[in-house]
Amino acid sequence: MSTLARTEEAPAATDPGVRRGRPAASLAKTRLTNRWATLAALLIAALWTVPTIGLLVSSFRPAQQVRTTGWWTLFQNWGFTTDNYAAVLQAGNSQLTMAGSFINSIAITLPATVIPLVLATMAAYAFAWMRFPGKDLLFVLVFALQIVPIQMALVPLLRLFAAGELFGVPVIGAFGQAGYAQVWIAHTIFALPLAIFLLHNFIAEIPNEIIEAARVDGASHGQIFFRIVLPLTAPAIAAFSIFQFLWVWNDLLVALIFADGAVAPITKLLAEITGSRGQDWHLLTAGAFVAMIVPLAVFFALQRYFVRGLMAGSAKG
Amino acid sequence: MTNFLQWLSTLPTLAQIPIIIGVFCAVVLLLLFLIELAPRRGRRFTIIRAVACVLFPLLMVAILDSYTWAIVAAGFLGLLLFWLDYRSRHGAGYIFALVGFLSPALLLLAAGLVIPTIQTTVQSFMNSRGTEFVGLENFIWIFTQPAGIRTVLNTILWVLIAPAVSTIAGLAYAVFIDKSRGEKFFKILVFMPMAISFVGASIIWRFVYTARPADSEQIGLLNQVIVWAGGEPVQFLQESPWNTVALIAVLIWVQTGFAMVILSAAIKAVPLEQLEAAELDGANGWQRFANVTLPGIRSSLVVVLTTISIASLKVFDIVRTMTAGANDTSVIANEMYTQFRNFEAGRSAAFAVILFLMVMPIVIYNARQIKMQREMR
Repeated sequence: MSTLARTEEAPAATDPGVRRGRPAASLAKTRLTNRWATLAALLIAALWTVPTIGLLVSSFRPAQQVRTTGWWTLFQNWGFTTDNYAAVLQAGNSQLTMAGSFINSIAITLPATVIPLVLATMAAYAFAWMRFPGKDLLFVLVFALQIVPIQMALVPLLRLFAAGELFGVPVIGAFGQAGYAQVWIAHTIFALPLAIFLLHNFIAEIPNEIIEAARVDGASHGQIFFRIVLPLTAPAIAAFSIFQFLWVWNDLLVALIFADGAVAPITKLLAEITGSRGQDWHLLTAGAFVAMIVPLAVFFALQRYFVRGLMAGSAKG
Repeated sequence: MTNFLQWLSTLPTLAQIPIIIGVFCAVVLLLLFLIELAPRRGRRFTIIRAVACVLFPLLMVAILDSYTWAIVAAGFLGLLLFWLDYRSRHGAGYIFALVGFLSPALLLLAAGLVIPTIQTTVQSFMNSRGTEFVGLENFIWIFTQPAGIRTVLNTILWVLIAPAVSTIAGLAYAVFIDKSRGEKFFKILVFMPMAISFVGASIIWRFVYTARPADSEQIGLLNQVIVWAGGEPVQFLQESPWNTVALIAVLIWVQTGFAMVILSAAIKAVPLEQLEAAELDGANGWQRFANVTLPGIRSSLVVVLTTISIASLKVFDIVRTMTAGANDTSVIANEMYTQFRNFEAGRSAAFAVILFLMVMPIVIYNARQIKMQREMR
């Protein structure tokens, strides 16, 4: 393609007649629109980064200055401090500090990423490479569950955890108050439809010959799963696990319902502080940055997987 | 299980992570090990399979602290499984493996999504405590009082504005920076908000919108710009209906990066020959874009628009963090949570059902488009 373009361009550059044939005004116009386009691009880029920079700068300014002067007057009102971070990590409610909620976020996010991925990979393998009656129908049903907004499931699921009831009939022991258990399980369930669907697409793309060859050699499903499917789909699994990690870390709704009190993650505490101390900008800016640091680190470290994972899961919610 | 989880929750937070992941992985590995043994012949393996068939479901139900009858039933189901497996067409052990791979995910989905969805639908026709059937009363309540109508209208406003603006901004940006120097860097700048939580983005923008009395110095950037331009500071989050637009701007800010990345990839896939042919025919830059590039990226545009529409319909975190629905900014997802908090289970469920009905057609359309797009490649 590129060689083709070059050969076509070459005669035009050497033959001045072609150049002269083009009116000068149109040339100027193209250049002008390009300049406008560059300007517009710079404007968008600025609009998209300046608010974040303002937050970052403010989080390091002394509280008194944050309260009275804009962060863009940084050079007139010089001053840097890390006190805001020390203060916000100790801020919170009667049960929990911001530092504690940061730890909670880690404790919620890691298991809520590993568990659904393992279960979804297993189910996706069965859907892709095992034969059974009603398979297509079942798969379509799992796929269709993506339509259901999690709002439909929140309250009944909470009741199942709190009272062990399905349709008002008690079926299991209640474990609503037992630490992170219910938020882990809730995130696992909400991740499954999309995870099964996406991983199935990748697992089904493995060439049939490879699986057949393994079968002829006498490999069982367990061996095929471990020796062939897992290594070949590792990039897809990595991409999805990053998506799931960020989704759980950034989630607020599931946390509000299933992670109350002492097990609340940082997003919930941050939202709470925004409500109760909405004008303490030195705290809010530092708190927001503490919550953002993990996703941003993941973003910059694993960009390639990150983009792929986000593309794949963009419709979740 | 309750006891185990209770014990787990008494441990230091960071110690819980390796324990729960370790226990989970041990159970899964045991399951996979049994699946591995399942197809082997011989009496010893048949016995192992039989024991596993009965004990696995039985123990699972037992550690969930279920009732004795349920535990016994699980044991019988296990026996049935063993018998079916023994007579399987594909050889003994096949159904065992199948059930081992599939059942954990399917059971969780059934208990955590399918049954709750049915329950919520039923609940939406019940009174606030779920004790009495009230017909369509909850829905009538939503659509007859001003706040409810406002909530629905706001949600529609979100869907009308957010997808269109972020797609246009993302497309324009993708076109402008296409093939420019530092394209990758420019992409990162706009894509970065995708990594930030909605809560974080809300705080960033609340700070931008902050207003202070006209006689003192402004600390919110937007109001400072207005003051510089000679205007009066505005309370962006209080004055309806512009406060909803101020909230929508946050979602646009987050979603534009998504639109930009997808559309940029699509633009690069438009065949160069077509663009050159158009140029030879005398089409100017805008004509080339409108007549060649746009039709070429049509399916990607649809996917982006529908995906952001779904996100706008379900928007919750932004509204919750910035205004909590005050001053006429509430949306359906926020109202669903508010009603739940107020112990109005019926109304909360009704809001969830309305959201479900609004999201459904778009999701189906989106899925079909993605499928079509994949088939074209």
